[in-house]
Amino acid sequence: MLAIWKREVQSYFYQPIAYVLISLSFLVLSIYYTFGTIAGRYAEMNNLLGNIIFILTFLIPILTMRILTEDRKNGTEVMLVTSPVEIADIVIGKYLASLTVFLVMYALTFVYPIIIIALGGKMEIPMLVGGYLAFLLIGMSFIAVGVFASSLTENQIVAAIIGFVILLVINLIDPIASYVGGFLAEVLGIFSLLSRYNDLNSGILDITSIIYYLSFTAVFLFLTTRVIDKRRWSQG
Amino acid sequence: MIEIQNLTKHYGEIKAVEDVNFTVEKGEILGFLGPNGAGKTTTMNIITGYIPSTSGTVKVSGYDIMDQPREVKRRIGYMPEHPPLYMDMTVKDYLDFSASLKEVDKKTWKSQKNDIMELVKITHVQHRLIRNLSKGYRQRVGLAQALVGAPEVLILDEPTVGLDPKQIIEIRKLIKALGKTHTIILSSHILPEVSAVCERVVIINKGKIVAVDTPEQLSKNLGDYSKFTMTIAGPDKKVKEMLQQIYGVKEIEVQNRIRENEFSYIIEADKDIDVRKPIFHKLAEFGYPILELKSLSMSLEDIFLQLTTEEKEVN
Repeated sequence: MLAIWKREVQSYFYQPIAYVLISLSFLVLSIYYTFGTIAGRYAEMNNLLGNIIFILTFLIPILTMRILTEDRKNGTEVMLVTSPVEIADIVIGKYLASLTVFLVMYALTFVYPIIIIALGGKMEIPMLVGGYLAFLLIGMSFIAVGVFASSLTENQIVAAIIGFVILLVINLIDPIASYVGGFLAEVLGIFSLLSRYNDLNSGILDITSIIYYLSFTAVFLFLTTRVIDKRRWSQG
Repeated sequence: MIEIQNLTKHYGEIKAVEDVNFTVEKGEILGFLGPNGAGKTTTMNIITGYIPSTSGTVKVSGYDIMDQPREVKRRIGYMPEHPPLYMDMTVKDYLDFSASLKEVDKKTWKSQKNDIMELVKITHVQHRLIRNLSKGYRQRVGLAQALVGAPEVLILDEPTVGLDPKQIIEIRKLIKALGKTHTIILSSHILPEVSAVCERVVIINKGKIVAVDTPEQLSKNLGDYSKFTMTIAGPDKKVKEMLQQIYGVKEIEVQNRIRENEFSYIIEADKDIDVRKPIFHKLAEFGYPILELKSLSMSLEDIFLQLTTEEKEVN
């Protein structure tokens, strides 16, 4: 698992993809930050973090699109599967590699609250912590969806699109639920990552939300191992 | 070392491998021979644990691939037909990755690494990206990857495919050398390769095993006649006529006219009757000297074709 994680992280940084994604997200965030937070003289980050969730909907599928597709296309999947590791090890190793790149993106945003404080803004620390925690959790869940999407095909672009569509539906689930109403709304509510996000982001540190996100991640990673395992039975 | 029993793999209606049985002894090089699409790769993928079988068992050193996959995988080095290479890595990084993936401990790996690279002759390209290597070198890196962790069993799927003749000879030599310390299953659809390298041959066709034996035994048992080439000085019509009268001779064919009154023939005779002596006496009697006599054993190629082609009736 560690070997796979290490290789995948290296692979991200051997290729331009990690740099492009990190700088792109940093650029977009900085624009939001400069013209929103700083210009508006807000001494808080939560609004900004909330806004960029939508950007993650695009960025995460691009981050994860090649994580499993590449192995199938190049035939390196054979090497991984015939090594003395479990399929779960492969999936988790790959997932953690994507998460690592995400964390680099994420760590860069720490510079913003520091600037606010340096400029003399008074920040509410619990709010800030809650906001960042929520952001991390939702990022983890999105990456799990992205990894799952990349297990479904051997084409990177198709994987990115599938990931994007799933995340888009998840983003829009609240309006959809309130439109359909009734029992179906409750079912759909189970998949609503955003409503829980808003709770956490407004400083309500609810342990059930944290467990919810972790379970959501685990379920998608489990599904990914099932997809890979299932395919082993049907291929030549 | 490797025991395969009643191995079957179905894809829906298609039977890719059906009821395959064979064993490989420790230290043996087994050739796995068959036309394209016969089920060679499928069988190898099952042995290495890449895909599960529909039914039947595969045991390596007594461990079942379904029950204890990790134990089996630890003992096998697999080189698939397309070497599983990460193009964005250098050769050295790639082998390091393979070693940690196979859980080879660091000390062992340190002492093993240079030996492996030396053995497959990739030491001088170790710092190059795999992407930039030629096909021959990629193949060697693939082989090096299979050798990582010193597995007891090597499974090589068409290891010489796409190489130039010089590289093919090198790789074959290497496999032969590896055979001294490893148990090897080698698949191929190239016959001379198998007869050059392997001690025993399994011939598979349409998912079923059609023959298992040494290359020599196969050619001995399967031919139901013996064949000779002869060069005889004398008029061809007369010689032919004479030979036909000899008991045991089945067919005579003039192969070549070498010069005036000198012809070469291919003669087929009954397997149990040695016709060489009567031929000699008969020809001596008439004063037609034998210039050359050579017996032809059935080549693996003939056997292969005989076993894998079936004549289909046309309706």
